[in-house]
Amino acid sequence: MGSEAMKINLKVWRQPNSKAEGKFETYQLNEVSPDMSFLEMFDVLNEQLITDGGEPVAFDHDCREGICGMCSMFINGRPHGPKQGITTCQLHMRSFKDGDTIVVEPWRAQSFPVIKDLSVDRSAFDRIIASGGFVSVNTGNAVDANSILIPKDTADEAFAAATCIGCGACVAACKNSSAMLFVSAKVSQLSLLPQGKAERENRVIAMVDQMDKEGFGSCTNTGACSAECPKEIDLSNIARMNREYVRAKLVSK
Amino acid sequence: MSNKLDSKTPAGPLAEKWTQYRSTVPLVNPANKRNLEVIVVGTGLAGASAAATLAELGYKVKAFCFQDSPRRAHSIAAQGGINAAKNYQNDGDSVYRLFYDTIKGGDYRAREGNVYRLAEVSVNIIDQCVAQGVPFAREYGGTLSNRSFGGTQVQRTFYAAGQTGQQLLLGAYSALERQVGLGNVKMYARHEMLDVVTIDGKARGIIARNLVSGKLERHFGHAVLLCTGGYGNVFYLSTNAMGSNVTAAWKAHRKGAYFGNPCFTQIHPTCIPVSGHYQSKLTLMSESLRNDGRIWVPKQIDDKRHPNDIPEEERDYYLERRYPAFGNLVPRDIASRAAKERCDAGYGVGPSKMAVYLDFAYNLKNKYGRAEASKLGIDNPDDATLLRLGREVVKEKYGNLFDMYKQITNEDPYEVPMRIYPAVHYTMGGLWVDYELMTTVPGLYALGEANFSDHGANRLGASALMQGLADGYFVAPYTVGSYLSKEIHTKPINTDHEAFVQAEQAVQARLDQFLQVKGTKSVESYHRELGLIMWDKCGMARSEAGLKNAIQEIRALRDDFYKNVRVPGGQFEFNPELDKAGRVADFLELGELMCLDALDRNESCGGHFREEYQTEDGEALRDDEAYRYVAAWEYKGGSDWSLHKEALEYENIKIAQRSYK
Ligand SMILES: Cc1cc2nc3c(=O)[nH]c(=O)nc-3n(C[C@H](O)[C@H](O)[C@H](O)COP(=O)(O)OP(=O)(O)OC[C@H]3O[C@@H](n4cnc5c(N)ncnc54)[C@H](O)[C@@H]3O)c2cc1C
Ligand code: SF4
Ligand code: FES
Repeated sequence: MGSEAMKINLKVWRQPNSKAEGKFETYQLNEVSPDMSFLEMFDVLNEQLITDGGEPVAFDHDCREGICGMCSMFINGRPHGPKQGITTCQLHMRSFKDGDTIVVEPWRAQSFPVIKDLSVDRSAFDRIIASGGFVSVNTGNAVDANSILIPKDTADEAFAAATCIGCGACVAACKNSSAMLFVSAKVSQLSLLPQGKAERENRVIAMVDQMDKEGFGSCTNTGACSAECPKEIDLSNIARMNREYVRAKLVSK
Repeated sequence: MSNKLDSKTPAGPLAEKWTQYRSTVPLVNPANKRNLEVIVVGTGLAGASAAATLAELGYKVKAFCFQDSPRRAHSIAAQGGINAAKNYQNDGDSVYRLFYDTIKGGDYRAREGNVYRLAEVSVNIIDQCVAQGVPFAREYGGTLSNRSFGGTQVQRTFYAAGQTGQQLLLGAYSALERQVGLGNVKMYARHEMLDVVTIDGKARGIIARNLVSGKLERHFGHAVLLCTGGYGNVFYLSTNAMGSNVTAAWKAHRKGAYFGNPCFTQIHPTCIPVSGHYQSKLTLMSESLRNDGRIWVPKQIDDKRHPNDIPEEERDYYLERRYPAFGNLVPRDIASRAAKERCDAGYGVGPSKMAVYLDFAYNLKNKYGRAEASKLGIDNPDDATLLRLGREVVKEKYGNLFDMYKQITNEDPYEVPMRIYPAVHYTMGGLWVDYELMTTVPGLYALGEANFSDHGANRLGASALMQGLADGYFVAPYTVGSYLSKEIHTKPINTDHEAFVQAEQAVQARLDQFLQVKGTKSVESYHRELGLIMWDKCGMARSEAGLKNAIQEIRALRDDFYKNVRVPGGQFEFNPELDKAGRVADFLELGELMCLDALDRNESCGGHFREEYQTEDGEALRDDEAYRYVAAWEYKGGSDWSLHKEALEYENIKIAQRSYK
């Protein structure tokens, strides 16, 4: 679909490391193809910076097909940019116009400190999973897979929650930097399935405690998280987690 | 020398080897396990499952990955599914059949004992994953659902929509994080292993670089497991994630581990074609699409018409023409070569002319549309109705892939045929390992795609996920235990030991070297150039002259790299360019070995096609007399390697020429 090359102005957040102060730098790209992905445009920018003796922009990415959850750019005030249901790496330049100025920042949240430029530290998410986001079953303990029957609807619902890619856009989108959508997706998946039932109470309490310890903010139900989530994780997961939490507190005291 | 290549396959009947091994393997008592330390590099399916399982058993584990979280390993991207010989569909599947299909699909270049074990433990994998809460697709009755894959005759593929790899990896990751929480695994994310440390000939640790601070670290282990994935990115463009690389395996190779069948590469037939010079990676369109899409090119060279304006009789359904028995469902290597042949002959389509059509219109209308119409009792439906009804069914099956295609190309595959072209996808080659998954360096193991594996010269679809989890959950925990049972008297070695010091100095020198060149060309530009050489001369078709030429070109490029590369920034900072420089430098060495291996193998088999060795009608011509061996290369320094051969014996399978006509 070879269409006309575009001129794009970029205002990019540059910050040498977590302790340094950051600021915006402006760059101009003259030959942006509409078929390029957003990250390929950054490749072109970096190539240009390197050959001109400058410092390339650091950003996280790996799979470049919307599944690893590594890419994380805050574009014109929205995590993963203007389009619904996709990650930064799936955004194409045809979503912008010739002459556009695009502002690119890292995820901003106290619990996701900037490492450099557009890269942040999301290890808090791993610690939340380590606190309870699993079924305690050692290798070799399993029964035959088909001896656990799970109605298709339940399986589908658990799957929908399980598609979270752990990108952190929900946190970046939320004015309180709440991690409720991420945590509730895992809690939902495992509380819906029979395999997760045995640890249901401990899990939700431990994960919520860890979430608080990491300094994520509280949820005020604005729904920004779900609206910006590239996997469109549903808000009902948060409601389910709240119910699970209340129930667990009642059962466990 | 060649007894280093003893596969250590246990004696006895094929079906009893693994049971026999497991029940006689020496064990380590729980108290001793606590004092034994294991390093696991990589947290994809192979690494995460191995690290979790070893920690559950009681060993002290350290795990490493270069991404910011273990959950992001490249395994996450696998789409289609995972095979297992469960025979839940009662369609005649069995451990033996899966074993047989894998050996045959691999064009008779894999080891019988390993492959049989893989098929055997495949059933335990599904049980384990379900117990962890992996949400596989299910039927209304609540049982697990299966699909067919890769041209086999049974339905043995388990899946979770188009995200099977993601769900399996998140299962293994949660098991891993559970052990992290319990304090049994120490996780080092954003760390890159840059060398193996050997003491008295045994692997005793690694040198790793903290990618955030840039500092080098020394880590001791009684054993080291490399679960670091494949090296398809040597071709620059591939379906692999951007960070996938050969560095860990290559460092091990330079420290004495033989490299097995480096030239065996899988080129996947259905990927979205290259769209411009800025292209950074290629996107796979799952093989399952070939169940319903018909592949064609125009009969006329350089036909400029819109595909929908080309009448039926002017289309060449070349796979159906050449392979009437299997048609569009021939194995990957065959489908890829046939696409290349048509495009090279000038029949390619799209702006680049390097693409063929994958067209769903016929089945939308005739298969699904008609079936729906008859379900709904619509007599004599018109074309529009058929298309509308068919579209609903196809959407349910492949909706996410169609959306992904549209997102990338801006074309709607429900209306216009997809354009596809083959792309590098998987590497069957890797570190040579024996039955215990140990490399030729004692105490150094390779699991998952990083080893030369069970797939011979061509891997069947949905078998890589199976192998990664088989190795990590069910094989390595026994075989590594067997080695460690002899190490209980080895006290942890202090990392002040001179072997650690020397290894660290060498790594440091190399980092300094990259930073000191201060040239003008980006690392990326070298990678891209290497990719072009590899793709043209060591890709889908290889020839003696081309390979010899490629070796010269790679050497020249490598020299140029050390003279003119520019690696900005410094060592002690977050510096992705420096990380990439090391990876590309290793690819520049690996590329040469791949060409050498391809040059040595004077036959065509599986993914390896030498133009000189083909039948009259252009099919691969295998030479079982001369080449029925695993090529295991020993590094001798510089551009010098020596070849060791592990002969492949087939006691349970009759070797035959593959035919899909
Ligand atoms: C797009 C795509 C789709 C696929 N679909 C399927 C499918 O449907 N079915 C199927 O069976 N197979 C499929 N495959 C193949 C399969 O996904 C891979 O072969 C498999 O996942 C590899 O797993 P692994 O654990 O060996 O390595 P990986 O998942 O690649 O993990 C490698 C790990 O090693 C780490 N690492 C690497 N080098 C270093 C280093 N130097 N230091 C520290 N850490 C390091 C990485 O951080 C990562 O954690 C697909 C592949 C692709 C590309
Ligand atoms: S819930 Fe959505 S936005 Fe949040 S981490 Fe998961 S995928 Fe990303
Ligand atoms: S790079 Fe993997 S989701 Fe974007």
